[in-house]
Amino acid sequence: MQDTIHHIAPDNSADAILLSVRNLTVELTTRDGVVPVIDNMSFDLKTGGNISFVGESGCGKSMTALALMGLLPQPAGRIASGQILFNNEDLAQASDARLREIRGNDISMIFQEPMTSLNPVYTIGEQIAEVLRRHRNLDRAEATAKAIELLDAVHIPSPASRINDYPHQLSGGQRQRVMIAIALACEPKILIADEPTTALDVTVQAQIFDLLTELQEKTGTAIVLITHDMGAVARMSQDIIVMYAGRKAEQGTVAQVIRQPAHPYTHGLIAAVPHLLPTITEERPELLEIPGIVPPLSQFGQNRCLFASRCNYATEQCRQQRPEEISRENQHITACWHTDSLS
Amino acid sequence: MNDSTHISTDEPVLRSRHPFVETAEMFFRNHSAVVALVVLVTIVIAAIVGPFFYPTDPFEMVWAPFSPPGAEGFLLGTDYLGRDMLSGLLHGGRVSIAIGLAAALMSVFIGITVGALAGFYRGWIEEVLMRITEFFQVLPTLLFSMVLVALFGASLPMITFAIGIVSWTAVARITRAEFLRIRELEYVTASRSSGATNAKLIFSVILPNALPPIIVQAALMVGSAILFEAGLSFLGLSDPNVASWGQIIGSNRPYILDASYTVTIPGVAIFVTVLAISLVGDGLNDALNPKLRQR
Repeated sequence: MQDTIHHIAPDNSADAILLSVRNLTVELTTRDGVVPVIDNMSFDLKTGGNISFVGESGCGKSMTALALMGLLPQPAGRIASGQILFNNEDLAQASDARLREIRGNDISMIFQEPMTSLNPVYTIGEQIAEVLRRHRNLDRAEATAKAIELLDAVHIPSPASRINDYPHQLSGGQRQRVMIAIALACEPKILIADEPTTALDVTVQAQIFDLLTELQEKTGTAIVLITHDMGAVARMSQDIIVMYAGRKAEQGTVAQVIRQPAHPYTHGLIAAVPHLLPTITEERPELLEIPGIVPPLSQFGQNRCLFASRCNYATEQCRQQRPEEISRENQHITACWHTDSLS
Repeated sequence: MNDSTHISTDEPVLRSRHPFVETAEMFFRNHSAVVALVVLVTIVIAAIVGPFFYPTDPFEMVWAPFSPPGAEGFLLGTDYLGRDMLSGLLHGGRVSIAIGLAAALMSVFIGITVGALAGFYRGWIEEVLMRITEFFQVLPTLLFSMVLVALFGASLPMITFAIGIVSWTAVARITRAEFLRIRELEYVTASRSSGATNAKLIFSVILPNALPPIIVQAALMVGSAILFEAGLSFLGLSDPNVASWGQIIGSNRPYILDASYTVTIPGVAIFVTVLAISLVGDGLNDALNPKLRQR
């Protein structure tokens, strides 16, 4: 994937805030006690906007997605504090019935594993039609007709016959296309894409991103992309949030964050992306890794910088006190005590 | 990234068959299961239509007692009261198979309900339901059914109930295990994320995927319910107004040495039927279980 930074989504939409997450804290009850897997997270998403969450596995990216959908693992997970304001309605307080109305209709989601996220016993046509019948009250014939249209929109060839196929008859890329068709069937305001291409081949990955971009231009859906692929972020989003151990490490536009990372963790993530070179030479740029691993859940929420143990810049202050979120120029936010000595 | 296990081209996959067709094909590749299925269908047809073509009342004395098979035009002979054995076999088969099916149906119904609720909702619901399941599991089954039948009378519905109520635990445990596994799969989360209700998730998302092992268990349970009914009848706990295979064995028991055929013939009928059901169940297991398929 390219290193150049694209601004793809239309900026013409009114800068209305569609989704506003305010100081969201999600707690998970584990064997070691109650831990905040999302710790004081705030961000805004504009109508038709794009935002990406990046970070290693276990940083709370997927948990953020599940919290937005009201699908936290039960009974272990709960929203401890904060608000999820969607069109000024607080989803953190919404009833189960209300959340079911919203899911698939206003906010929908696609998943990492297209091989397992379709139900093997129903045809893909039935699975697309199901959502339409649930939220749009279409009858069987109307829903089937709409399903064919949707399959066509996600570029599945000969959709009229493919609606009778079962998921096992499709390739991984085609299944992800079907998932996208299901997710966009009711023209949701927000599409959450949780690592939508991780399980796919590189060439197919590019096709899926193209498709998402194309459909976003058509429908004006805002996309929340969750990924650990920096290339995908550069391609899909204007805004990026880097998460570490349930906390926001850095937030800004893609240009700001990738050109001038203000947090050592972001710095490390970017340095760990391999650069494709036209010729194989003797001296290749060294690929850096971030030493160590994400701290175990039991350490989440402690009043210190959780990245300190892996950080070259760490000082006593980092081990004593949690860094505050500092706003640098142009709403470039970082949570690091030593951000000034970085650049 | 581990891409080696994924099909990754966007070429259309040409193979286009309904999973049901695939399962049927697998089943018919298993010769013993096919033979068993033929035998079973023959027995069931004989039990259903036989009595119409052979209307002799199985309780009517038609000839001298203890006439051996073949004598005087009675193909299978007569029993200690001079009743026609062939008529008993046909009429009794109807009852035995009907009880087997009804009892299996009842235990599947209870078992799926209990197992699905426990596996889907987890928490205290699971605790309570599984403790109840364990209670029924440790109950001495034959003794408990005998008590029920002895207390409430040996009518066909009561016997069916007594068999059904002691045999649902296996289905409940299988259903729960399948639900525990499937509820964590991504397509269930995906359905949830598109706004499916819990009822929808249980009945049309998870249950259809949990069915294969339940179907196999249900098939085997018909066999064991027939055996169970025969056991109760042998002990005298059968509806005295209705002939069944077990009841014929039970009533002829004192003459087992003098006229062994009176016990052997219905015994063989039970044996063949249950064996056929087991083999069909086994064939279903192989056909429905994708892991065994690859062997």
